[in-house]
Amino acid sequence: MIYLDNIHKSYVMGTNALHVLKGINLEVAEGELVAIMGSSGSGKSTLLNIIGMLDTYDEGTYRLDGRLIRNMSEKKVARFRNSHIGFVFQSFNLISFKNAMENVALPLYYRNISRKKRNHVAMELLEKMGLEEWAEHMPNELSGGQQQRIAIARALVSKPRVILADEPTGALDSQTSYEVMDLFKEINQSGITVLIVTHENDIAHMTDRIIRLHDGNIVADEMNSVRKHEPVLQPSIP
Amino acid sequence: MFDPDRWHEIFYALKKNKLRTVLTAFGVFWGIFMLVIMMGSGNGLENAVFADFGNMASNSVFMWTQRTTMPYKGFQRGRYYNFRNSDTQALKDKIPEIELIAPRIQAWGGGGANNVIRNERTSSFTIFGDCPELQLIDPLNMTDGRFINAFDLEQHRKVAVIGAKVKNDMFEPGEDPIGEYLRIQGVYFQVVGVFESRKSDQQAEWENQVIYLPFTTLQQTYNYGDIVGWYAFTSHPDVPASVAEAKAKRLLAERHSIHPEDQRAIGSFNLEKEYQKMTGLFIGIRILVWIVGIGTLFAGMVGVSNIMLIVVRERTKEIGIQRAIGATPWNIMSQVITESVILTTAAGYFGLVVGVGIIEAVNLALLKTGTSSDMFKNPEIDFKMAIMALLILIVSGVLAGLVPARRAVSIKPIDAIRFE
Repeated sequence: MIYLDNIHKSYVMGTNALHVLKGINLEVAEGELVAIMGSSGSGKSTLLNIIGMLDTYDEGTYRLDGRLIRNMSEKKVARFRNSHIGFVFQSFNLISFKNAMENVALPLYYRNISRKKRNHVAMELLEKMGLEEWAEHMPNELSGGQQQRIAIARALVSKPRVILADEPTGALDSQTSYEVMDLFKEINQSGITVLIVTHENDIAHMTDRIIRLHDGNIVADEMNSVRKHEPVLQPSIP
Repeated sequence: MFDPDRWHEIFYALKKNKLRTVLTAFGVFWGIFMLVIMMGSGNGLENAVFADFGNMASNSVFMWTQRTTMPYKGFQRGRYYNFRNSDTQALKDKIPEIELIAPRIQAWGGGGANNVIRNERTSSFTIFGDCPELQLIDPLNMTDGRFINAFDLEQHRKVAVIGAKVKNDMFEPGEDPIGEYLRIQGVYFQVVGVFESRKSDQQAEWENQVIYLPFTTLQQTYNYGDIVGWYAFTSHPDVPASVAEAKAKRLLAERHSIHPEDQRAIGSFNLEKEYQKMTGLFIGIRILVWIVGIGTLFAGMVGVSNIMLIVVRERTKEIGIQRAIGATPWNIMSQVITESVILTTAAGYFGLVVGVGIIEAVNLALLKTGTSSDMFKNPEIDFKMAIMALLILIVSGVLAGLVPARRAVSIKPIDAIRFE
């Protein structure tokens, strides 16, 4: 699903060039649940951005779902991102003046789907995730855990192939974090590839595979044989 | 484009900071308001000034005799002379640049005393001897009857065309003056027409107390022989009036033994020159109005652009999220530009409505009270101008939104999301 070959990326800051990624080779198969770990400055967020097509890379090859991601127009990238990738952020990043359902429906808006239809699709998804009672609430009326679930629903609504989560539990207490991780596992079990950037070991250990980054290089890539926290049964995900 | 979500977002953004939105909108409002007010006032001034010209042919020239100022051919300086009927014929024959020529004369005498009598009524009016051509050079508005015609001249008929004030003073209200007689400086004339001046204010007041008699009749009746008081003529449309004026002067100077370089022996007034001066002045005023108006509007536009930059900055994170979940750069840009266009157009439209409202109110007040002045008449804004202002607004809205929109998409989505 994700294929990275010798990816380099540097940021130019004035006269200095900051070499953030120094030749990343990584392959993630469809349906994997992967954690990317590393201290701050290790390049893990940059890597996630490149995978999410939010940022470009200087050197190497990146294929997503078999397609070479290089020199695509912004418009094409946006379309491809919309159809293939769902984002989950640390600070949830729901649009503050839209209610939960409208937030979930937003990616469909950019596909020019009619308002009625996209709200219907969003509502169905919220029902499946047991969040229908919060549909009409504004983000500031929801708890962190609820907001993150809505954000995950938003990432799922466009039926992406890959979910990219940037520190999804960073702003949550551990109990809520575990619940959110359960949700990610369920999503993963439905066949969607999930990449989670985290610096929390216990979160990383709930995934199948841990990739450790240090100073722009992959220093470890290990399969996680023992899952620490087994999922609690919840209503199934599409 | 017309998706409710889009409008929802725009109005949310504008509503979120009401005071800021209103203050920004005020800049544009003021710009277009000033443009409209200045345009309307400019038009008012222009209408007032051109109303003084009446419907006078803009290529007309007037020419009269003065004292000579240079000795020539044995004549001393300071000599008086008169134009004669033979001059009229000569001008007609020898100067093809002249299209219409009207020899004119005023019946002097009475010395301001009452010179017109009818039954018990007496009054003092100005008496002119004129030709039918005058109606084409300096037209009058005939409210009743007719003006002097060629037969009047040919047969030396004793007929008179009277101004509105003459009718008022010499006749009972409701009385028909046509066919009635007036005794003018001792001689009876039959009234054949009544007119009203097309000019404004004092000029109209003056003209409405004039009595026109046939030129030839006046010459004969009051013993002027073949003397012509002065000339009014127009040049052919394709010839500048000043050319005809110069040629006529040269011919008349020659015929009256005036030194060719004597500039003051023949007095003249060229309306074309005045007209061109006025036209030039108003073109200048209009250019000034547009420069100031557009300048003010531009200042308002910069204000909108500035605010949109702040809005974009405030919403950087939101824009990043939108892009992360699939918004194309164009989605974002069009959003910002639409917002800017809506802000400018709404504010500008408001300014247009208020400006036109005030102009119309002033116009109405002027009409209602009947006040008119030399400086202001019918301030107005034409429809073309309003449409143009609206177009300028929309274009300036787009321009004002362009910089912020580019800024909005120039930030990398991921930086935008991290932005706090």
